[in-house]
Amino acid sequence: MTANDELRLSIDYQAMTEFISFFKTLTPTGYLFLILTIITLFSAIGVVTARNPIYSVLALIATFFCLSGHYILLNAQFLAAVNIIVYAGAIMVLFLFTIMFLNLRQDDEESKTNLTKMASVVVGGMLMVMLITIFRAKSAQVPTYSATAFNPKTGLVENLGNLLYNDYILPFELASVLFLVAMVGAVMLGKREAGDRHF
Amino acid sequence: MELPVLTVKGLIILAIFGITLLIATYSTYAERKVAAFLQDRLGPNRAGPWGLLQPIADAGKMFFKEDFIPSQASKWLFILGPCLAMLTALMSSAVIPFGDSVRFIWDKVNYEVAIQGIEINIGVLYIFGVVSLGVYGVMVGGWASNNKFSLLGAIRAASQNISYEIALGLSLITILMMTGSLSLRAIIDEQATFFEWNIFTQPLGFVIFLTCSFAECNRTPFDLPECETELVGGYHTEYSSMKLGFYLFSEYINMFVSSAFISCLYFGGFHYPFINEVNQALENSLGAVAGHNVATLIGVVVMFSKIFFFIFFFMWVRWTLPRFRYDQLMNLGWKTFIPLSILNVVLTGAGLLYNFKYATWLIAIVMIVMAVVSTARAPKPNIVPQRT
Repeated sequence: MTANDELRLSIDYQAMTEFISFFKTLTPTGYLFLILTIITLFSAIGVVTARNPIYSVLALIATFFCLSGHYILLNAQFLAAVNIIVYAGAIMVLFLFTIMFLNLRQDDEESKTNLTKMASVVVGGMLMVMLITIFRAKSAQVPTYSATAFNPKTGLVENLGNLLYNDYILPFELASVLFLVAMVGAVMLGKREAGDRHF
Repeated sequence: MELPVLTVKGLIILAIFGITLLIATYSTYAERKVAAFLQDRLGPNRAGPWGLLQPIADAGKMFFKEDFIPSQASKWLFILGPCLAMLTALMSSAVIPFGDSVRFIWDKVNYEVAIQGIEINIGVLYIFGVVSLGVYGVMVGGWASNNKFSLLGAIRAASQNISYEIALGLSLITILMMTGSLSLRAIIDEQATFFEWNIFTQPLGFVIFLTCSFAECNRTPFDLPECETELVGGYHTEYSSMKLGFYLFSEYINMFVSSAFISCLYFGGFHYPFINEVNQALENSLGAVAGHNVATLIGVVVMFSKIFFFIFFFMWVRWTLPRFRYDQLMNLGWKTFIPLSILNVVLTGAGLLYNFKYATWLIAIVMIVMAVVSTARAPKPNIVPQRT
């Protein structure tokens, strides 16, 4: 064994001990966060790579679950529950519904030309760059956690309601008007005209 | 959390889990006995005394049957379907309070542990979320079977569940408005006195909630997802052995959980009339610890008798009413229940504004009057005696 090899081994060993000591400093919440993040990333990758659209949707549902777990780790219980009810419980069911009716086969894969693939890579990459710049910006930095200044009721329903109905009442009401317009539009689109054929 | 509290909590959670499974098992027996009683038969009476071992014999049969997976089916999703159905059914009992609390002394320190899996301040939303996931078990299983009838059953189940979830949620909102909390324990504590049980303040909400819970459990008269006359067997046509058993079993667990939920929301949970006087008397005669525990035990018994009544009610309806047609089901959900429950929300809000809790009786009275008037004005059926 040469001296060079020994040096490299020692560096490896050092990196290893650093890695292990990093793990030792983690709290149980930290472990939960790591595990949850790994699952989230894997299921999110599964959404894009799955060949069968049904598997894709199921992976997306798993991703929503993991995101709800992250919300709970951030002490936002209400948001976690609503995320599951609205996204996993309602919207994704409708997605599955539609895909099951479409009965997509493997050969429909051909519809994705190279152009669409390249376009999606460009769009996704731009989104990633944008997110990274936003999170690295000085103005968007979140103050670090301090046990004394932290209000344990931050993400709970009462506080959320107070914020929504006191400080942000106008945006909240505008958003609900937007939803109403979308609902009316959906009803109009789905309505059968007098001469239309029955399916 | 200290070790004694953790131990007692663990025991309570295990007991809730076990009791859920036990009650679901014996619900299958009770269902057959109730059906037999309503149809003037005897029902199962061969296995054990009064047929009490029948559920165990059924489970044994289910386990030893051939576990068949269709060759064109997508194998993992086919297995995942019943697992999801069972998982979502069992998850929801975690936040239901089955009793007040247990007091005990360990190393001269007083402890008090609530008889509830976990107390979270979004209990109602948690149950609602789990219920909305219940449809995945059916959908995944129905699609993975690679059978047209299974797929149709799954689609029916999904659209039925989504439609009735809306009315279910809207009828729940009135209770949340009156309590001002999403925690199930807070909702139960609000109903401490008999005439403030939500059944008396929210009669219409109760009727809507009960009907929607029938639809969510896929019970008759809303059992269209497995309607044999139209769909062979519905979403579980291709299933056999214990996978089929899990689907059937999860229905009974859902029934138990929704009965518990209804008793918590509308019938005061573990409260009964004169509960405070009884608790005071017990604590005075037996001491703060033993008296409180005995009072809790009475509360748990009361809670379970309410649950059993509702399970019986589910069966009673099943063997009394025929199945709806699919368009009738959708009309009932979308055109009757949703407008009614929105009206209920508005009227409850007006009542709360003027500090009058019983405002929704107005809708109930108007509806009864309208029903009576329309029956009185309806043309009399002309009965012609049959000639032989």
